[in-house]
Amino acid sequence: MAQLQLREAVRAALVEEMSRDADVFLMGEEVAEYNGAYKVSEGMRDRFGPNRVIDTPISESGFAGLGLGAAMNGLRPVIEFMTWNFAFVAIDQIINNAAKIRYMSGGQFSFPIVFRGPNGAAGQLAATHNTSVESIYSCFPGLKVISISNPDDAKGLLKSAIRDNDPVVFLESEFMYGMRGEVSEEEDYLIPIGKARIAREGDAVTIVGHNKSYWRAMEAAEMLEADGYYAEVIDPRTIRPFDWDAVVSSVRKTNRLVIVDESNPFASVSSEIAFQVQSRCFDYLDAPVRRITAKDTPAPYAKNLMTYYLPSAEDTYQACRDVLYLD
Amino acid sequence: MTTTTRAANVAAEVQGQSNGQQGREVERLSMTASFSRYPGDWYSHTDLGFSTEDVLAMYRSMLLQRRFEERSAQMYSKQKIAGFLHLYIGQEAISTGSVQALRVGHDTVITAYRDHGIALALGMSADECMAELFGRIDGCSKGKGGSMHFFCREKRLFGGHGIVGAHIPVATGIGFAHKYKGDGGVCICYLGDGAVWQGAFHESLNLAGLYKLPVVYVIENNQYAMGTSVDRAAADADLYKQSISYAMPGSLVDGMDVFSVTRAMRDHVALARENQPSVVEIRTYRYRGHSMSDPGKYRSREELEARKNQDPILRLKAYLLNGGLSTNEELDSVDRSVKREVNESVEFSDSSPLPPLEAIYDHVFTEEGFPFLR
Repeated sequence: MAQLQLREAVRAALVEEMSRDADVFLMGEEVAEYNGAYKVSEGMRDRFGPNRVIDTPISESGFAGLGLGAAMNGLRPVIEFMTWNFAFVAIDQIINNAAKIRYMSGGQFSFPIVFRGPNGAAGQLAATHNTSVESIYSCFPGLKVISISNPDDAKGLLKSAIRDNDPVVFLESEFMYGMRGEVSEEEDYLIPIGKARIAREGDAVTIVGHNKSYWRAMEAAEMLEADGYYAEVIDPRTIRPFDWDAVVSSVRKTNRLVIVDESNPFASVSSEIAFQVQSRCFDYLDAPVRRITAKDTPAPYAKNLMTYYLPSAEDTYQACRDVLYLD
Repeated sequence: MTTTTRAANVAAEVQGQSNGQQGREVERLSMTASFSRYPGDWYSHTDLGFSTEDVLAMYRSMLLQRRFEERSAQMYSKQKIAGFLHLYIGQEAISTGSVQALRVGHDTVITAYRDHGIALALGMSADECMAELFGRIDGCSKGKGGSMHFFCREKRLFGGHGIVGAHIPVATGIGFAHKYKGDGGVCICYLGDGAVWQGAFHESLNLAGLYKLPVVYVIENNQYAMGTSVDRAAADADLYKQSISYAMPGSLVDGMDVFSVTRAMRDHVALARENQPSVVEIRTYRYRGHSMSDPGKYRSREELEARKNQDPILRLKAYLLNGGLSTNEELDSVDRSVKREVNESVEFSDSSPLPPLEAIYDHVFTEEGFPFLR
């Protein structure tokens, strides 16, 4: 195992896949000469040259669509959005073209493409730079959505995403790029898309959290352990397709579910998890499903408000105590 | 233009204006842009190296598109066809003319929702096209796309796209892949006059110009974006001039003359083969409404009738007859054979099965067994 920052793990996946397959290329704003806005692609232009690590003008709609055309005509593009907030001007390309053209062509064309970049809150940047987009893209059949929480998953899942023959929305995080973690050095380390990870076993309550929210879930589980209760923490890792079996079998064991989700609450990933769990194992639930999400507002700027806006470990811990009827 | 052409070269000089104030003179900027014009009635078939048989084949191609769409309009009123049906009638010289410049099956083609004409011109069968309009399993998109979404992997037709302008970045990427793979192919991207005012068009042209991609952006200017005429939508109604900002050649073509279209497209495809993207504005006219529900009240009957006199099919017919290349009898028999082909496509489509309900889950993903929520 190697100790890598999350950005290095993403880079390792890109470098390995580009070395393995000449059809893979990386395109985005500042990915080449600037070495990446968050230094994910540092050194890659020197290694692969300007024809495979390609800077773009600030034209998300243009280069997202360019990636789709390239995928349609036989290549395997990786399109980097500096952040997913900026992909909103390209959302027509992702929703109408990436997700739907294959279907409308009766399966004649496919889109082996990865759209990747940091998602969700990134600090005191106010409302337009703090959006969690996973529930939006998960709405549209035809897209796969992956949201990673640690360097090992970043590497194994990005490699799988690049090899996947369908369009993948791959969600990283500015806050986690510097996070270090053990990363497998196994050759061709591939983590299957659609498989959740049971990060911590327990029997008192199931906590589901992805991306940064996974860490809130783990912190809450530790706080709960001090009370003598063991939470089972599940990182779904893939939002579409979702590993329902992992969550449902855990809830059958713990009989309680708390979801941490940095999305705004309405029609969020947590909404769908709660619906699916009640319809698949209603009789096993000993308490209503609880969720901790971002507030039902745009993200604020002021530090205290932004802290209040985001899901916290404390709120998650309290929700666990609530479903255990401890107070 | 890299090839010798009889196209008139028009040089436009654009000058900044002095603000007329006293004192220090404002620096005057000037630039020269070069455009080419391909007028009608300028080229003969022999200029273009066409045999009589070639011209007859082009005539048949255009007539097939015309009769196919006339029949599909009838089938629409009989409710055999649903949804939107945008007819290409009047614009057939563009599809047929530009196919003459392509290596069909190697070069790639992508267009918007008025896509029946180019599909047939590329050699897709009337059967598979009509069956798609009928929503049947034998349709070119297996009944998943309908009128606006014809696709054919074999003929390299990359759609049929329904969102105005959204396919233009895709075309740019198709061209990118041609260059990346070095396969020598070029991509022809058709778009309407309305699509010129989408940002996607401008982002695409900039990227193509920046990366030197083998794409020809063909603006089929049929004068109306739905009910909005070009002069009500464009600050500058000369759409070919959009090429200036992206350092590309631009051309203006008479789209009612199939030979002018052929000449222009050959020149522009040749540029694309050298990785020089370009813009071609082909002025044409659609005789029918924007879609079947459009009575076309935004234009006068006189305007429509005057345009019909320039009909590209009648024009080619007159060329064939006046030049002694063909006879009325021969052209009548072409018409009969086209009508037969179209009638057979209706019978074929009527007897083609509906897609089975379970097929709704096919073609969403390449992956088999995706766990859809059910």
